[in-house]
Amino acid sequence: MEHDHNLTSGTPRPPVTAVQPTEFVPVRVQRFNPETDDRPHYQTYDVPYKEDWVVLDAILYIKDHLDATLSYRWSCRMGICGSCGMNVNGYPKLTCSVHLRDYRKGLTIEPLANFPVIRDLIVDIDDFMDKLRSVKPWIIRELEQPLGAGEYLQSNNQVDQFRQFSQCINCMLCYSACPVYAMNNEFLGPAATALARRYNLDSRDEGSAERLNVLAASEGIWECTFVGECSAACPKGVDPAKAIQQSKFDTVNGFAMGALLRPFGSRG
Amino acid sequence: MEFPLYDVLIVGGGGAGLRAAIAAAESDPNLRILLISKVYPMRSHTVSAEGGAAAALRPEDSWENHAFDTIKGSDYIADQYVVETFVREAPQEIIQLEHWGCPWSRDPDGKISARPFGGMTTWRTCFAADKTGFHILHTLFQTSLKFEKIDRLDESFVTSLLIEDGRCVGVVALNQRSGRMDAVRAKTVILATGGNGRVYAFSTNGQICTGDGMALAYRAGVPLNDMEMVQFHPTGLPSTGILITEAVRGEGGYLVNNKGERFLKDYVPTKMELGPRDIISRAEITEFEKGNGFEGEYGNYMHLDVRHLGEATIDRKLPFMRELGLDYVGIDIVHQPIPVRPVEHYMMGGVDVDIHGATIIPGLYACGEVANVGLNGANRLGSNSLSECLVFGKAAGRAAARYAKEAKSPSSNPIDALLRDETRRVERTYREATTGTEKLSEIRAEMARSMDANVGVFRTGEGLTEQVNNIAKLRERYVWLRIEDRSRVFNTELTAALELDYMLELAEVMTASALNRKESRGAHARRDFPERDDANYLANTIAHRVEGGPPKLEFRPVNITHWEPKARTY
Repeated sequence: MEHDHNLTSGTPRPPVTAVQPTEFVPVRVQRFNPETDDRPHYQTYDVPYKEDWVVLDAILYIKDHLDATLSYRWSCRMGICGSCGMNVNGYPKLTCSVHLRDYRKGLTIEPLANFPVIRDLIVDIDDFMDKLRSVKPWIIRELEQPLGAGEYLQSNNQVDQFRQFSQCINCMLCYSACPVYAMNNEFLGPAATALARRYNLDSRDEGSAERLNVLAASEGIWECTFVGECSAACPKGVDPAKAIQQSKFDTVNGFAMGALLRPFGSRG
Repeated sequence: MEFPLYDVLIVGGGGAGLRAAIAAAESDPNLRILLISKVYPMRSHTVSAEGGAAAALRPEDSWENHAFDTIKGSDYIADQYVVETFVREAPQEIIQLEHWGCPWSRDPDGKISARPFGGMTTWRTCFAADKTGFHILHTLFQTSLKFEKIDRLDESFVTSLLIEDGRCVGVVALNQRSGRMDAVRAKTVILATGGNGRVYAFSTNGQICTGDGMALAYRAGVPLNDMEMVQFHPTGLPSTGILITEAVRGEGGYLVNNKGERFLKDYVPTKMELGPRDIISRAEITEFEKGNGFEGEYGNYMHLDVRHLGEATIDRKLPFMRELGLDYVGIDIVHQPIPVRPVEHYMMGGVDVDIHGATIIPGLYACGEVANVGLNGANRLGSNSLSECLVFGKAAGRAAARYAKEAKSPSSNPIDALLRDETRRVERTYREATTGTEKLSEIRAEMARSMDANVGVFRTGEGLTEQVNNIAKLRERYVWLRIEDRSRVFNTELTAALELDYMLELAEVMTASALNRKESRGAHARRDFPERDDANYLANTIAHRVEGGPPKLEFRPVNITHWEPKARTY
C-alpha cells in the first residue's frame, strides 16, 4: 500500500505520459558522436509541453523517454552549478534557467559555441580551466596573518567592490557569446578576466601586479570593443565586460606607474 | 594512460574533497595528490548550499553551547567526542576560509557576520549572503589551483576500489571522455563523493548525488552507519524540490498554514521558525493531514512569508532566494509568500569512519556527507554540514598524508589483473549485454517514487516491509537492464546505470536499517513506534554487506562524554 501523507502527498513532477499531454514542442537537437559521425547533424524530438518546465526538463524528457543516447551535462537544476550551458536558438543559455514556455513553437539546442564538441551537447572547456589557473585566482599576500589573529577585517563596502565578479559560476556562456574569443582563443576571455578582477579588487589581496602581467599579455584584450555580448549572456549579472574595460585601464596605468616593478603592488 | 603512484587520491571535488586535498598538500609539499571527480570540481553539490556554516566565533558564544545544540539536535546519538572536537575546530576553519578569500558577509565592525539558524541557541551561522556553499566551493577550488602537487582527473567515474592484501591501494575509474578504464594506484584513498539524495524523487540534491562513495566503501567491506537517518528539509519548492534556505527563517521569515496561522506554535513553541528541521518537517505533514495545507498541483504546501522583512534586507541577505522565486515559481518574494513543503535534503548516515576519517580498511578514508563520523546523529542542525566538510576534510587529508608517508608502495601486478577484471565486468554487464529489456529510467523512477512513499518523513513497519520487497524486485529487474547507448565517449547512460546500481544497493540498506530501528528518534519517525526508546536504541545502526543476502545489522552503543540524554523538546 501507499502511505498518502508521507513525504509526498501527490507525486512531484508526475511523469508526463500519465497526464495525457495535448501539446508538443518540437525540440531540434544537434547530435555528434565522434565514434560514428564525421560531422554534426540534427535530430528533432516532440516533447510534451508543460507550462512550468524549463528547457532542461525537455532535454531530460528526451533522455528518459525518447532517446537514451543523447549526451549532455547537468546537475543542480537551480542555476548555480554551471553545468548545463547550451546554445538555445543560437543564444547561450543555462538550460535549467530558461523556460520552455518561451520557446513554445519549437527550439534548437546546440552545444555552446567556440569550444570543441566532445559529443552531442558536451563541449571541452579545458582551455578555460587552464586560463583560470593562469590568472592566479587565489589570495596572494606578502605576509600571511596567522589564523590565531583572526580574520582580516573587511567592511561590507569593501566586499561590494569585488562581490559582483565573485558571482561567476564558470558556466561558459560568456565565452560562447564572445566574438573576440571566437576569432582568437588566445584571448583570456570574459570569465577568467572577471575572476582576476575579483581578486585584484579584494582588500585582502596584494597580487594585482602578478596578475597584471597575465592580463597585459592576454591577446585580444584590445580587440574587445565593449560590445558587451558577454555581459548580456551572463546569467548571474557578473558583467565581465566591465572587468575587461577596467583591466585595460589598469594595464595602461600599471605600466605607466611602474606597478610591474613592485612585487606586491601598492594595495593594502 | 600511465599514472604515477599517488600518495593521496581523493574521490570527489566538493567542499570536503578539496579541503582534504589542500590539507594533504600543506602537510607535506612533496606528496603527490590526485583529485578525481565525475564532474568538474566547481559543479559539485556543495555549490547548492545556501544558508551558512556554523562556528562559535562570537565572544558571547562558546564551544560548549554549540556542542550541546548539536547533540540535542542529533537526538543524542551523535558521538559526543566527535562533536566536541568539531565545535572546537570549526571557528578556525571559518577563519581559514576567510584568509583564502571567501567573501563572508560582514558585521559593521568588519568581522565575519553570523545569523540565527534552526536548533542553534545563538547566532553562529556564518554566511556569504545566501550562496555560502557556492562561495566556499569556489574559494576552495580556486585556492587548490595554487598547489602544483594537486593533479586533477576531471569527469572520471570511479567504478571500484583497488584492494590488495586488505589495504586500499587505488581506484579503477571510467574516463568519461575517452571511455577507457584506468587503474590509478595510490597509497591512500579518501572518499568525498557527497550524499545519495537521488534515491528519492523529491530531493534538493543535484542529479550527481548518487551515493557513489558509500556504495564503493560498502562493497569493499566497510560498514555503513545510521543509513535510516535521512534529513527532510521543511522548505523545498513544491514542483522541483529546489531548496529555499533555512536562512529565510533565520532572517525572520514566517511559516504559515492555510488558516493564516504560524502553526509552529503548536509544535516548537519556544523556537517557532527556528526549530530543528526534523520537527518542522513533521509539523508540516501533520498540518497537511489536518487539512491545514494549501492545495496545489504538486500536493500540499505551506507559505513561507518574508514580506515583512522588506526589499532592502531581502536583497542584501537573500538575493538568491528572490532570484529562485522569480525563475522557478514566477513570484517575487518581496511581495508574495513562497510555497514550500518538506523535501529530502541530506544523509546523516554514511561510511563508518573514526574521527580522522579512517575506515576499517587501511588506507581508505571518507569525509563530508559520504561519511558518518558521528557528528549529526539522528538529525543534523542546519549549517553544521559545511563546517563538517571543512573540519573533517582537513582531518582526513592530514591523516591520509601521515599514513602515506609510512606506507609501502603497492605492487603493480595484481592491480593490472584487477583492472582487467573490472573492465570486463563493466563491458559485459553494460556495453555488450544484449538480452536485456528493462529501461534504466523506469527502474530509477520506480525506486525514487517508492522511496518517497515508504521511507519518507513518517515511516511504518508495513510501508518499510513493502519497500524491502520493492527494492528486491527492482534489483532483479536491474539484472535485465538494457543499455541503448553502445558508444564509449561520454556514455552518460552507462554512468547513469552505474549510479543506479549504487543507489539500489544503498536504498536496500536504508530501508532495512529503518525497519530495524523500532523507535522514533530525530529524523526517523515510526508511526508504529512513536516514542524514543533509549533502553534499546541509544545506539548507531551498523550495516555490514553480505554477499547475496540482506545487510547484517547491529547496534553500536553511542559515545557519551558529558551530556546525558534528556527529553528533546524545544
